[in-house]
Amino acid sequence: MSMRSELSKVRGLGSAKSGTEHFWQQRVTAIANVPLVIFVVWFVIAHLGAKRADVVASIQHPLTAIVLILAMASILWHMRLGLQIVIEDYVHAPALKLACLLANIFFATGLFAVSAYAILKMSFGL
Amino acid sequence: MVAFTLPQNSKIQPGKVHALPQGSNIRAFKIYRWNPDDGKNPQVDTYHVNMDECGPMVLDALIKIKNEQDATLTFRRSCREGICGSCAMNIDGTNTLACLKSCEDVKGDVRIYPLPHMPVVKDLVPDMTRFYAQHRSVEPWLKTTTPTPQAEWKQSEKERALLDGLYECILCACCSTSCPSYWWNGDRYLGPAVLLQAYRWLIDSRDEATGERLDNLEDPFRLYRCHTIMNCAKACPKGLSPAKAIAEIKKLMVERRV
Repeated sequence: MSMRSELSKVRGLGSAKSGTEHFWQQRVTAIANVPLVIFVVWFVIAHLGAKRADVVASIQHPLTAIVLILAMASILWHMRLGLQIVIEDYVHAPALKLACLLANIFFATGLFAVSAYAILKMSFGL
Repeated sequence: MVAFTLPQNSKIQPGKVHALPQGSNIRAFKIYRWNPDDGKNPQVDTYHVNMDECGPMVLDALIKIKNEQDATLTFRRSCREGICGSCAMNIDGTNTLACLKSCEDVKGDVRIYPLPHMPVVKDLVPDMTRFYAQHRSVEPWLKTTTPTPQAEWKQSEKERALLDGLYECILCACCSTSCPSYWWNGDRYLGPAVLLQAYRWLIDSRDEATGERLDNLEDPFRLYRCHTIMNCAKACPKGLSPAKAIAEIKKLMVERRV
């Protein structure tokens, strides 16, 4: 049982003086996701049943490739921010929490690297 | 802390059923009981009240039960008109003030529990120590550097109007204890009631410590655990919106950096 006063516990380690950047980025990516997700969904529907060569031909247009890369960046960054909140909300064991937070960053970054590589590869007609 | 089940010593057992009184207009009150001294688990006791001989509010019934049936029933109450905030409890599944909740608004048995996710002192009395410490931590008083004027600190009518919807808060904790984020992270998240109080001082035109107050709140847990779940606004027995106050604080945070 701790003998610390409640005020001392509430004050804890003090204010982190951060969080607004996270909040702001979450809103920015949310707004960016609106047109980007619509584009991705439209792109997928438009190519349903298409041959690989047709899809590659579409992605070879620079604008298509750029928008797709932006979409992956925005969606995955938004996902990383959101999952971080979920982990902080529900995972309280310190070691597990740290592991989850690291895994979240590595997973989102890795997924972006893979998708960006795939889009670029097709964009350059490889 | 998130948990799927209650700890073993908090699991609620069936309790005592008290005798039916005379009369035709009888209602059952199922009330959470826990005594720290008997070493038993909490239980739900059933009391029956003749509503023809009882006032309309849930608090009237509680006082009648305590006076006439079971003097050991423990709860806080004072003003009985919604201004002191003492009788905050969970009635029919919603946090509210027993003195403002009409028995007629409850269908079936009236189920009464203490405010959720707070340590229980006894029966319907929660331990509010941390809640008050959190309130203390936002320094809810006027902070100024300018020498105190001879008369009062002046405020325009427009500036005063900004405090409407904030100053009415009676710190009953109905909102904070209805908030899942406060349940899971109440040790670090300040909760809706305290953040509404913090905003009340942030927006006060007479206060000279706005930046310092924002610094103190800018934290992923203290402020940003609010996920706009909105239970707070739904629960508030005074009809206030802590969620809106929190959103305004977040807007101030963004405003000072963009």
